[in-house]
Amino acid sequence: MTRKILAVDDSRTMRGILKKVLSGAGYAVDLAEDGEDGLDVLSRSVPDLVITDINMPKLDGFGFIDQIRRQDALRAMPVLVLTTESAAELKDRARSAGATGWIVKPFEEDKLLAAIRMVVA
Amino acid sequence: MNDLLEGFFEECEELLEVLGDGLDAMAAGTADDSTINAVFRAVHSIKGGAGAFGMDVLVEFSHAFENVLDEMRAGKLALTPALTALLYQAGDHLNSLVEASAAGGATTSDSHHDLIRDLKAACQSLSEAQDTALEDDPTPEDFGFMPLTIDLDGPDEAAVEDSPGTHYEIRFAPHAALYELGLEPVLMLRALHDMGEVDVEATCDRVEPLKSFSSGEADILWRIRIKTEVPRPELEQVFEFTRDLCDLDIFEIDDVSAAAEPEMTADQSTPVPKVTKQVAPGPLSTSEPMASATTQRAPGKSRKSGRDTLRVELDRVDRLVNIVGELVISEAMLRQSMSDPEMSSNSSAANAMAQLKQLSGELQESVMAIRAQPVRGLFQRMSRIIRETTRETGKEARLVTEGDATEVDKTVTERLVDPLTHMIRNAVDHGLETPDAREAAGKPRIGTVSLSAAHRSGRIQIQLRDDGAGINRAKVRETAVRKGLISASEDLSETETDNLLFMPGFSTNDSVSNLSGRGVGMDVVRSEIQALGGRVSIASKAGEGTTFTISLPLTLAVLEGMIVSVAGERLVVPTTSLRETVRVSEASVHLFGQSERVLAMRDGLIPIVDLGERLGFRASVDVQVDQSLLLIEADSGRRVALAVDQVFDQREVVIKGLEQNYQQIPGIAAATILGDGRIALIVDTDQMIPQGPAVTEQSDAGARHGDLTNA
Repeated sequence: MTRKILAVDDSRTMRGILKKVLSGAGYAVDLAEDGEDGLDVLSRSVPDLVITDINMPKLDGFGFIDQIRRQDALRAMPVLVLTTESAAELKDRARSAGATGWIVKPFEEDKLLAAIRMVVA
Repeated sequence: MNDLLEGFFEECEELLEVLGDGLDAMAAGTADDSTINAVFRAVHSIKGGAGAFGMDVLVEFSHAFENVLDEMRAGKLALTPALTALLYQAGDHLNSLVEASAAGGATTSDSHHDLIRDLKAACQSLSEAQDTALEDDPTPEDFGFMPLTIDLDGPDEAAVEDSPGTHYEIRFAPHAALYELGLEPVLMLRALHDMGEVDVEATCDRVEPLKSFSSGEADILWRIRIKTEVPRPELEQVFEFTRDLCDLDIFEIDDVSAAAEPEMTADQSTPVPKVTKQVAPGPLSTSEPMASATTQRAPGKSRKSGRDTLRVELDRVDRLVNIVGELVISEAMLRQSMSDPEMSSNSSAANAMAQLKQLSGELQESVMAIRAQPVRGLFQRMSRIIRETTRETGKEARLVTEGDATEVDKTVTERLVDPLTHMIRNAVDHGLETPDAREAAGKPRIGTVSLSAAHRSGRIQIQLRDDGAGINRAKVRETAVRKGLISASEDLSETETDNLLFMPGFSTNDSVSNLSGRGVGMDVVRSEIQALGGRVSIASKAGEGTTFTISLPLTLAVLEGMIVSVAGERLVVPTTSLRETVRVSEASVHLFGQSERVLAMRDGLIPIVDLGERLGFRASVDVQVDQSLLLIEADSGRRVALAVDQVFDQREVVIKGLEQNYQQIPGIAAATILGDGRIALIVDTDQMIPQGPAVTEQSDAGARHGDLTNA
């Protein structure tokens, strides 16, 4: 069964890269450009995994995850955070916001896919 | 990957625009939190994309830039004039780095390093202040836990051993929270399985009976023994995401038997740092973005993002523009052929016809709107030019813009960059006085250059004003005489004198400084603008400054023209330079010299040119009583009266390029197809105007008008 991933990033470039890498690896990909947009997509279709950027307009990554975790249907969905900071505190913050894991940008393709395989069967 | 790269640079342009807007708002004191956040995100996104494409120089710089902005948005760094200047400088540099990267690769320079140093210094002063503050804080590191050090890039201890496999024992006791976050231990076991021989054992003693089951404790202890060749960090990486969510211990065992000891149960797994709810130390804990998380949102109610956009290749739009142009022509043809007297005006065909006319008009407008773009980006580039030029000249100037939201055809904004850049440089370099001179003249030391855009009677008007000294007409005249552009005895009006600036050869080889005179003269500026179907004029007042007014058509695909006939040929005279239409019978035409005719107007004599003769349709004829005269005025103020046989109506015509299908024709700008299907040539009015005595006819004058049709 094809797994679906929702990738949320306000940068069109990053969305393009994610789309390319993920669909290249055989995943179905939904895209959204900020947290609000992401919630909108989620209200219509629930993926197997969400990958989200942190710094975004309107609703940032932390707020987005928080909203996801508030919804019963999405509570246990894996959410990976894309971050340019590898600092431990950022990971901690992502963790306390409810992120399942994190990927440090810029990522290598196989690192990203390895991280995804950590959370999606 | 190339598409992505191209997309990245396109996005960069937009992000740089956001950055520029934000910096302007900061400088103007109108910035709020959302502005600073937007600016931060812009730089951050550039960094992210640059990282993905391995543009290290760009990453390095945007990182330093972003740090400063991050401190600002955290409210830890206050905006001072010095910081504003630094941010502007950084913004400009980021602009040039992006440009350089797009052109093939950015390289570092001294100023690049200096700027990074300055940006770091801006943050440095802050962290120093913080360090001293922290000294009062007792044991800031004591949070009651030891962090798990999973350093992916750290030294690879296992790799130095060349044993074909190392034995590890992993004790892994997930907390309930791990499951809640969507992590699945099975996936980790599977990943380990892919790494080597695995032996897994689950201890379930502590699992409570279902009725008293409470989540939260580490109930199941997995004991995993693995023999693997993969280095330890990679092994640890499997558990990367379980941080804080489990008790974890990984140790190497030389001897498999040793693994039997020590016995351990989940609740006494003390070697594992147990991390409970943990608050990140430092500034990040005062999390402002979390506030937005509480915004409740009705599920199912689709919320459109403010700007839903679709990116389309320009080629496709242009094809659409062309087809719609054809449609408009066909519609006019159809309408004309149907306007038979026997057709009743309220017949269904007539109604449908009227509707078609309206729809095709709307369609045309909508298609043109696709190509429209606000001039904001263009103006922003200009404020950068101002800053550069003032730095180089030591003058002080600020740019005031107005009408940033005015929309102009994309090609127009693109092709205005060079002429406007040149004009802005001129305004600062030649227009504005030095701060001292300004002060002496009773003006503020900082000069003002203002740039405005507005829609004026179906055209776009862009004005560039400086509050400098105004044009030194005596000097202009002297230069023109010295260069043989005019004779010493020639009597010129103020406007005519000012217009000398636009003459070819006036400014090119006499650049006062290396700034404005970069091989481009104002003549090139004018011809660039003319190529866009535009006009440029000057007004100047001594001591008060100079104003350049550029008037441009809304679109390059259609033009407003007067349909006339000459010697049986239909022609279109663009209305841009058309001032007046007079019937010969009502005009006062005088013989001048041998055969020259002139038209006497209130304000002087205007030479009459027979359009048919000028274009070679017929031999010289005397002005006939039943003819009409079209009064044409060029930007230079020079005028001519074109004699035509008949004047029909004024209408919009779709421009069809000639040189793609045929070749350039002197005196003809382009062609169009009229409603009846006949082809009509569009007259290049500028070429109809006799030039001043010292100016020879430009042989290549047709070339620039050819550009009109490429849009």
